[in-house]
Formats: sequence, C-alpha cells, structure tokens
Amino acid sequence: MKGANILIESLLKENAEVVFGYPGGAVLPIFDALYDAKLRFILTRHEQAAAHMADGYARSTGKTGVCLATSGPGATNLTTGIATAYMDSIPMIAITGQVKTSLIGNDAFQEADVTGITRSITKHNYLVKDVKNLARTIKEAFHIASTGRPGPVLIDIPVDVQQQDAEFIWPESVLIRGYKPTYYGHPGQIKKAARLISRSKKPVIYAGGGVILSGAHYELKELAEKIHAPVAMTLMGLGAFPANSHLSLGMLGMHGTAYANHAIMESDLIIAIGARFDDRVTGRIDAFAPQAKVIHIDIDPSSISKNVRVDIPVVGDVKNVLGQLLEEIKQMPETEDWLKTVETWKKKYPLAYRDKNKISPQYIMEEIYDITKGDTIITTEVGQNQMWAAQWYKYLYPRSFISSGGLGTMGFGFPAAMGAKIGCPEKTVFDIAGDGSIQMNIQELATCVCNKINVKVAILNNGYLGMVRQWQELFYKKRYSYTCISGPDFVKLAESYGAAGIRVTKKEDVRKALEKAISIDNVVFIDFHIEQEENVFPMVPAGEAINRMIGGMA
Amino acid sequence: MRHIISATVDNKPGVLARIAGLFSARGYNIASLAVSETLDPTISYLTMVVEAEDERILEQIKKQLNKLIDVITVTDFTKKDHIERELVLLKIDYSSKDKAKIETILNKYVAKIVSHQENTAIIEAVGNQEQIKQLLSALLQFGIKELVRTGRLAIA
Repeated sequence: MKGANILIESLLKENAEVVFGYPGGAVLPIFDALYDAKLRFILTRHEQAAAHMADGYARSTGKTGVCLATSGPGATNLTTGIATAYMDSIPMIAITGQVKTSLIGNDAFQEADVTGITRSITKHNYLVKDVKNLARTIKEAFHIASTGRPGPVLIDIPVDVQQQDAEFIWPESVLIRGYKPTYYGHPGQIKKAARLISRSKKPVIYAGGGVILSGAHYELKELAEKIHAPVAMTLMGLGAFPANSHLSLGMLGMHGTAYANHAIMESDLIIAIGARFDDRVTGRIDAFAPQAKVIHIDIDPSSISKNVRVDIPVVGDVKNVLGQLLEEIKQMPETEDWLKTVETWKKKYPLAYRDKNKISPQYIMEEIYDITKGDTIITTEVGQNQMWAAQWYKYLYPRSFISSGGLGTMGFGFPAAMGAKIGCPEKTVFDIAGDGSIQMNIQELATCVCNKINVKVAILNNGYLGMVRQWQELFYKKRYSYTCISGPDFVKLAESYGAAGIRVTKKEDVRKALEKAISIDNVVFIDFHIEQEENVFPMVPAGEAINRMIGGMA
Repeated sequence: MRHIISATVDNKPGVLARIAGLFSARGYNIASLAVSETLDPTISYLTMVVEAEDERILEQIKKQLNKLIDVITVTDFTKKDHIERELVLLKIDYSSKDKAKIETILNKYVAKIVSHQENTAIIEAVGNQEQIKQLLSALLQFGIKELVRTGRLAIA
C-alpha cells in the first residue's frame, strides 16, 4: 500500500469522519488517495480556517479534529490554528506535506522547517522519513493528542514517503516510554483535600476547561451540590456547570461577574478544577484570594503551582478525581452563611447595561438565549463580542460555548462554528462576531455555501476594533489609534457568496431577525448595527486585584 | 542558584532542540549541558546545570521537561548525594621558568599535561566545581590561552 493510502486507512482506523484542508504540491499523493476514500473532506478557502474548523469540530464533539495542508505556506498558515488549539488543550491532528526527503534542508520550493516551527505550539510532532513508520506514528499521534492533557499533534510527511509502498500494519496498542499521564488522584491527597473541604467555611469551586475536556460536568454538579459551594467558571469552563443553578457565579476574572470575583477574593478555600490560574483570572497575583487555601486538581502537573501557590495538589483526570473526592467527603462544610453573603453580592452587583440610542449587544445575546433556551452552540471571535457572549448568554451544557481562550485568536469563531456544525449537524450554531474579527476568515463563506454548513453569524457591528478601542478610551486618553475599522456591506457580501444576509438597525427588529435567521436553510450573516462605543463591564484593569473592578454596577 | 538535573531521553533527531526550545521559550537558563548515548543506543543521557531563582522555577523546569513526550525520566541532584565531575582542557603558556611551579599546582589536582610544544602546554583536569575553580584561579597567572569544559556530569 502507498504511504498516502496508509494515511487514509489509519485515519479511518482512528474513526476520523472528516478532514478539513487544502491541497498543494507536497500533498498530491494524499489528495489522490482522498479522491475515492470513504472520508469526508471539507475544502476550505484558507489553511488557517481548516485548523480552526478541526478545532471547532473537536471542541463540539470531544473527538479529535483532523486538518491537512501542503508544505511551506500551507503549513505556516495552519500554525495560528495549531497554536489556538494548543493553548486551549484541544485534541487535533495536523497533517502537513513536506518536500522530498532528499531535498529537506535544501531550501527547496515550498519548504519550511515545519516540525521546527511548530515545536512550541504542539503537544508533540513528527517528521516521518520512512513509510514503514507511518501507521505507527499516526496511531501514536492520535493517542498523544487525545489523552492526558489533550493538544494538537503535527505529522509532517514528505511527498516521497506518501508515494512509497509498505505493508499496512495497524498497531494494536501504543507504548511511549516517556508518556504516561496520571489518571487517578493519589489517595493521600484526596483524603487531605476532603478534610480541607469539610473544614472550610467559605469554599469556592473554580472550574476551568479541564472539566469539559474530561467530561466531568456531572461530577462537578454533584460536588457543588453536595458541599453547597458556589461555582465560578473560567472562559473555557463556561458550560461546565449550568448557569441557571443558584450555585453558579458565572465567569470570574477580568470581565467576570463582580460576585464571582468577590467570592474568590473572600473565600477561605479555592477548589480549582481543570483550570490554570491564568493572568486574566487572577489579576494581580500577590493580591489574589489572600485568605484562601488552594486545592488544585489537574491532569497536567506543570499547571500546578505555576502561578499560584497550591496547598493540596491532586494530579489526575478531573472526572476520576472528582469521583474519588465525592466518595471521600463524609462531613459537609457549613456554608449557609457564606452562600447568603454570596447571594447579597449577586443582588448588589448584578451584571447590567443601559440601553442607549442603538442596539445593545448584550440585548442581542439575551435574545439569542431566550429563543434557543441554551440549546445551541455559541462560538465567538475575540474581543468585546467574546466577552458579551460569555457574560450575557446562559450556558447550560458543556461544549455549548466555543471560544479561543488562551491564544485569543481573531478569525476563530466563524470556521470554528463551521467545524461545530459539521460535528453536531442537529444543533443550531451561532458565531458571535465583531465586524473586525469576521473579516479575518470571511472567505470561508464560500466553504459554507458549497458544503451547506448552515451556521448563523451574528456580527456585532460597531465600526471599531471594540476591545482595543475600549482600552484606548479607558487607558490611552481616548486616542483611538487605528481602531476605527471599515468593512464591506455584509449583507451584499453574504449574498454575493450565495449566503443570506440580514441587516438590523433597530432594537425592535432584533428578535425577528434572529428567528428568521434560524429558519433560513442557509448560512446567514446578521449585520447588527450596535452601539458604537459600548464597553464591556465590569472590568478589572490589567495588573489590579480582581475585586478592584470598574464600570457596570460593581 | 544552580542545580544539576539529568534526563534520559529518546535518542532521536530533534530531541535536543525540544529541550533547548523549552528553556528559551520559558526563559530558563542553561549554564551547561552534556549529552551522550547510553548503553542502550535508543536512549541518550543529558546532564544540565540550570539556573533557578527559587524552588518554584526549579519545579517548573522539571515538570516541563517531564511533559516532553521524548523525555523518559528526569532526576534532580539538588537534594541527593551524588558525585559530580567536569573535565577541562586548557592551553597555557609554558615557559621553562614556570615549569616547576605549574607542575606543583597540577600535582595538587587530578590534572596533567597531555601535550606540549615549545611554549604552550595543553592540560587536562578533572574535578568537581570547587576543584576546577581553584585550579583555574591558580593557573591564571601563567596565562590561559584557551579553555574548554564539558559541563558538569553527575551520578547518584
């Protein structure tokens, strides 16, 4: 069997159902094999979008996403998408063509040192120089990408390796001597954690994306309800715990709710679960939760005690560890007073906005929630649109919120929505976009229309790169340096691609437009002309303690 | 503070680049690095001297190393009884009037002249950090022209 066919057979063995990518010289043999392969292939209009689609597919389904590009520029175009997946621990396989093995290092046409370039943005990567190693490499790559703390793995395959013949031998198992993730918490640590929880008076659960990755939302709910502790979520953790529960504090951190931030700061115990104390969460680190002891549950030991001193580290898969912990906790903490305090914060500092002349973006998010009742997938771009989507929609289910958290990649939301729609065709998928971000991968309209990937794109159009403008307003004396951005007529643009476009300029038309967009059996761009200088509040200025919030009602 | 850390790694192309990349990406400093094959040719042994301001950074360095797929084991010698050695080769001015003095110094250490021509000698010395430091400062007065060192090796 030829190397290219070995690749296809291996992908099928790994139950891949779809590959996102773009052809080119160094992957011609692979594309020849794809021609009659039993594998769905989505031809994108840019390799970056292919990586984001594979990512969105992975985030929405929990399966490993696969993307494919040619050597040199094809591969370098993938890198933003790979880095995005890496920062958010998303299982992904990126396959790249490479120049002939005999030409590697010769500055050949479309050659780039792709394993070198992607070393720091992949969990692992491979250059396959011998076709006999190809099947085993793919097996290993899927194993590494999807286990432990997940992440992208890149496989660089020279074009001659794709053409060489070898027997297809699919290994039954993998043994990688340097890779043995810890899946269960150490019983001694579990005991200590349980004891600390029982004795706490003001516990807060701080839940991150790891809860969703590990499928531990059920265990998290059980724990919160068992010990009566409020739950604050990171951006990546939204959906891990139902936002409509009385124990939910919503999101914490820079644009988190005031009550989540107050709760964390005043707590005597933080139970961090699958989260990594990112700077957007902790604010000024030496002022972070001064009285709190910290239990940190994470599968990646290097996440523990990286930013914040941890009292009880528990290394293991979140789902397993929470199961162990639930069994171990016998005595419940007395949190009645604490929950009352939290409740008063919730009443005193609710999320709030005031309607001005034009449409409020927050209102659009509320309406989307009201129509869909949480049963939809929301993806976002990056900036104000992302924060409004995080704050004003109630995420009730894991994998219902998809956003580039760690890297903060503009242009992510639209292709990610497409990947999610392909993974979950029965779901309505909304990309919440800004007029800046959407222009970064807008060419994928063609991919949408060709493949009937009917996502809905709500463009919160304010004519600005809103988040940067907000910082300029607040911290740079309103000197709006190059943040006023123009765009096309989004309705006409959508129509020119064969998609549908709706423009909304009045508040009273928002709901109608959303309902119409959902009912149209096509890709829809909804161009919402929103309040131009609306800000995301509350906000913790960079470098401040997270209870020093400005704006909103806090 | 300097710490000796060793790692066994897969003996494959690119592994050293991964480790070097990890250190540069995270802003850690390597003071010395020695790499060689082990009895098992599929495994290489790395000995690194790293600079870490505090315990937290040292912990991070070890964890990040362990996280690399190609890294099999990581050993920290900081709190372990261990033997450490470094080999140094140096080229020194070797005029007849200094011969005796130099010989006396060399005799105090595990050091010897391995080659000499006219006014230059090449000295080989082996020792721990302190011994090498003392030897070098003793020889400084004679004019050290070139100096190469292996970096520290350690075994527990």
